[in-house]
Amino acid sequence: MAMTIHVDVVSAEASIFSGLVEFVALPGEAGELGILPGHMPLMTRIKPGTVRLKLPNQKEELIFVAGGMLEVQPGLVTVLADTAIRGADLDQAKASDAKRRAEEAMVNRASEIDYARAQIELAEAVAQLSAIEKLRKGTH
Amino acid sequence: MPGSKEIRTKIKSVQNTRKITKAMEMVAASKMRKAQERMRAARPYSEKIRRLVANLSQANNTDYRHPFITKSANVRRIGLIVVTTDKGLCGGLNTNILRQAVTRMRQSEQNGVTEIRVTCIGNKGLGFMQRLGANVVSHAIQMGDTPHLEKLIGPIKVIIDAYQAGELDEVHIAYTRFVNTMRQEPVIEPLLPLSGDRLGAPEGNWDYLYEPDAQSVIDELLVRYVDAIIYQAVAENMASEQSARMVAMKAATDNAGSVIKELQLVYNKARQAAITKEISEIVGGAAAIAG
Repeated sequence: MAMTIHVDVVSAEASIFSGLVEFVALPGEAGELGILPGHMPLMTRIKPGTVRLKLPNQKEELIFVAGGMLEVQPGLVTVLADTAIRGADLDQAKASDAKRRAEEAMVNRASEIDYARAQIELAEAVAQLSAIEKLRKGTH
Repeated sequence: MPGSKEIRTKIKSVQNTRKITKAMEMVAASKMRKAQERMRAARPYSEKIRRLVANLSQANNTDYRHPFITKSANVRRIGLIVVTTDKGLCGGLNTNILRQAVTRMRQSEQNGVTEIRVTCIGNKGLGFMQRLGANVVSHAIQMGDTPHLEKLIGPIKVIIDAYQAGELDEVHIAYTRFVNTMRQEPVIEPLLPLSGDRLGAPEGNWDYLYEPDAQSVIDELLVRYVDAIIYQAVAENMASEQSARMVAMKAATDNAGSVIKELQLVYNKARQAAITKEISEIVGGAAAIAG
């Protein structure tokens, strides 16, 4: 039997693949990477593309990733796949957009934090809840 | 029969309310299962990335210290990420977390914090923080039933960037941790700088080869790590939301049931009283004629 290496492909939203494979090919940042068992420890970014896994039963599995990170240890390969396509510019655009929306929402805000008001508001909500609780106990 | 018609209408309306709360309870129960699955599905990733960062913090072939790891001596400006729900009708969930957040903010101000920046995830927290007059630098609302990292990236980056630029000394995250269906716990956890407790012990000491270079790889990894922690918090908050809503709606359904029971009793009594009155009137009338 050929040598195998354990591969985990996970994304923030799901675990995509976990198992033994003979060979992994994936799009590294510096170019296509091929990893065989016993590869030296490596950490790099991967580009959007396809991860090709060669399984021990000679079948191939293809997984599309929108970029991510790759960690290689002698007996273990971990692919942290992104669920969204990331990029400095893209992220920055999203951040600027979020900032702009926050600023729009903030136009007529008070300058000082009004703790007194907040506490009244919260105390009311808590009182309502406990009143409901009491009513409930009373009726049973 | 004075009033009996009103009572009947009232019973009808409470019955309709009960139908609605019952339906909401069942919807929440099914959503809760899905939300719990999603929460669990997010675990392998955060576990893997946590281990990776732990290994990395131990790897000694780099001199690079990322700002996420270095602590600042005195804390003057903090950031707070408040995770709440978009919708109400989920019991005291949002109230509890907001109360904790407000208490923490006030304590910090008493301890010499001069600036607090807030990022709100969820409509309820946003509305509250804006009424409060807090400095809301970014927000993410209308998340729907599934947490999407895509929607979180922008708002998170605003506050993380402020930290990286040295405008903030600490960042905390407040959310409701999911313990089990009946119990959810509001917590405030330190997010940045990354603490050793959260990372745990590394399992091996590898001399990694970095491509293209250590700094950019570590940067990318830590940003993803922070995203993963926040994503996990949002996923837990959603599971908490659905189970809190389920419990609240179950209570509402039970309450409606007991209200109906009481009204039914009042209605029956009124009906009985009317009948008795009618009979006594007839009997009285007959007696008058006979006499």
